[in-house]
Amino acid sequence: MEGLNELKSPNLIRQLAEQLKHMVAPPAALMEVCGTHTVAIARYGLREALPEGVRLISGPGCPVCVTPQDQIDLFIALGSVENVTLATFGDMVRVPGTTKSLEQARAEGADVLVVYSPMDAVEAAARRPKQEVVFFGIGFETTAPAVAVAMLEAERRGIGNFSVLCAHKLIPPAMAALLDSDVKVDGFICPGHVSVIIGSDAYRPVADRGKPCVVTGFEPADVLGAVRMLLEQLAQGRSEVECEYARAVRPAGNPMAQELLARVFRAADARWRGLGTIPGSGYELSSGFAGFDAARKFDIDPPRSEEPAGCRCGDVLRGAIDPPECPLFGEACVPRAPVGSCMVSTEGACQAWYRYRRAE
Amino acid sequence: MSEDRVLLAHGDGGELMAELIERVFVARLGTGDPPGDDSARVALGQDVSSCPTRMVFTTDGFVVDPIFFPGGDIGKLAVCGTVNDLAAGGARPLALSASFILEEGLLISDLERVVESMARTALDVGVRVVCGDTKVVPRGGADKVYITTSGVGAVPEGIDVSGARARSGDVVIVSGTVGDHGLAVLSVREGLEFESPIESDCAPLSEMVTKLLEAGPSVRVLRDPTRGGLATALNEIARQSSVEIEIDEAAVPVRGSVGAACELLGLDPLYAANEGKMILVTPAETAETILEALHAHPYGVEAAIIGAVVSSERPRVLLKTALGTHRILDRHVGEQLPRIC
Amino acid sequence: MCLAVPMKVIEIDGPIAQVEESGVRREARVDLIDGVKVGDYVIVHAGVAIDRLDPEEAEKTLRLFEEMLGRTQDGRS
Repeated sequence: MEGLNELKSPNLIRQLAEQLKHMVAPPAALMEVCGTHTVAIARYGLREALPEGVRLISGPGCPVCVTPQDQIDLFIALGSVENVTLATFGDMVRVPGTTKSLEQARAEGADVLVVYSPMDAVEAAARRPKQEVVFFGIGFETTAPAVAVAMLEAERRGIGNFSVLCAHKLIPPAMAALLDSDVKVDGFICPGHVSVIIGSDAYRPVADRGKPCVVTGFEPADVLGAVRMLLEQLAQGRSEVECEYARAVRPAGNPMAQELLARVFRAADARWRGLGTIPGSGYELSSGFAGFDAARKFDIDPPRSEEPAGCRCGDVLRGAIDPPECPLFGEACVPRAPVGSCMVSTEGACQAWYRYRRAE
Repeated sequence: MSEDRVLLAHGDGGELMAELIERVFVARLGTGDPPGDDSARVALGQDVSSCPTRMVFTTDGFVVDPIFFPGGDIGKLAVCGTVNDLAAGGARPLALSASFILEEGLLISDLERVVESMARTALDVGVRVVCGDTKVVPRGGADKVYITTSGVGAVPEGIDVSGARARSGDVVIVSGTVGDHGLAVLSVREGLEFESPIESDCAPLSEMVTKLLEAGPSVRVLRDPTRGGLATALNEIARQSSVEIEIDEAAVPVRGSVGAACELLGLDPLYAANEGKMILVTPAETAETILEALHAHPYGVEAAIIGAVVSSERPRVLLKTALGTHRILDRHVGEQLPRIC
Repeated sequence: MCLAVPMKVIEIDGPIAQVEESGVRREARVDLIDGVKVGDYVIVHAGVAIDRLDPEEAEKTLRLFEEMLGRTQDGRS
């Protein structure tokens, strides 16, 4: 697609970066709440292009990282149940649970299947009727529709040996909770693909509380353009929802996807690593789909969960500190020997800061 | 033999095993010298003056899954992998050994196909598999077939390549596109389809290396970037030579389909495996000559200068991004793609 | 993990489409998008097309950036 290719042009990126760097802007802390943005910003060194006084903060946008320890422990514990196959997105495999990671569980004999799509887990269940395939339903509003589609498909085909440990989280309630917290945020870079589903209008309540919102795509040019749009709003005293990612995001989002989500899930209170319990911020399965709920299907005692000692993932996730401010960062906690999920996940702020660290 | 699958009995050292060796291995790979002995004699040269004084010896195990993939198979891989390790030492390959662990139940026709591929590749290279071994394990004890090849090679006079020789001011070249092998294998596993499938770049590079060393004997480092990809191999060189290497991301050649597949699967081509590529580090003044020699060879047509050795202050690899900023390029961490090689 | 890639629809069979980008072909569910046609560009995440990509809007964004670059901060061009 031609417009897209031009958006990727190194020339455009450099020009936008130059202009942004020299912009006279009010000091501001802008937060992104999407792991893919975390990575794009780190990978392309976009912090280099910020005018003085402007900071980019990473918020709770990494789906793996915000999943609380006890849900991870429960999923890993399910792997010890006979005939269970654990199916998960690849990111989860190395996340340390309280006693072990999925990777370690697999080495001890658990059957762990890495999938790129929840449908692959359904296919695995179809191929192995004697195995109970449990899929770890993590991710935000972008991913929940794919998990919903997978359950519908399993239902349609009468595949009874498939279930979901539902741990999906919702972004707008988390943003509201952040505004109630002690972390100072002046504006939001809103997640592009979550917004494809929920629509840019979903951020009106945040803008109404005086915080500009720009729904942003994932190319470096998108992020640079969006930061400028946010700073212009702040300079002009506006707080509106603008859509930089209009090529993919509509004000009302995707109504068919929303309808599907409403059918398969219902909003419930959910616990986020770092943010505690936020009302209405997660999904549980609706009554029509309760049969797919792995938490109900398997009767196992929830294991005792503990956060790793000294780990400050929670503070990183809520934007209170940048990764280098965690005493473990880069020393005791590194990608090859991670302590917390923010260093394990490819979308975690700590891994992004570490892997894409600047040469001073 | 009427059986069409490998049986445990094929590994017991008796008649059935002798038949399997004859039918599958000797028929394609020939025998050692003298035939039937437990070890092979390897001729080093016709006369005393051409007897090499420096030998290179290497070994590698191959457990790739699936065993047949676009552009190759485990047999071709087993020969190329070891030949390329020898070439990376600046050596002309002299002889290979091949040891096979076979899973009970493996189709003999699959095994024949694999060995046939080894024989063809070895013939292309001008090297022979002169000795080998076969073991059979019960079903489930291995996955179809695992192969270990070892190789000896001779380093010609005047050639001195080693990972520790990179120096400040040297130029870094890669002999072609990166990520093809890793993505080819992963695509099969993930059921990705392509208009034209991504093919593994699996290729024996000894001849290409011989040609380029003739054109530029001052090449200091040769390395084949297999598991862990270009990024990991560059880090190894930086560490061994204790130098800082700077790479221009935009200059690294990546096929469009490989780049797109990487985006789709969330992978970075800089970390994906290659089986038919060389990294070269060479003094700046010889870079163009080397590049020409590479471009003139079928396995080097897409060779490109990707960076330079910039200092000896501290060992690391830097990547210049589209924005012109520099970030650190680490070695690969974590499982990502099991059983790629 | 929110990896979603723009891909072109080249074939549709009920709820499933073949989508393609730079020679890579994949299957994707398209039943979350109304009236999807061959030739449409869609964003694919975890095997599901979550919506169409609008080429006109892509052009508009580009023009927005060009305009942004063309003017100085106080609004003059």
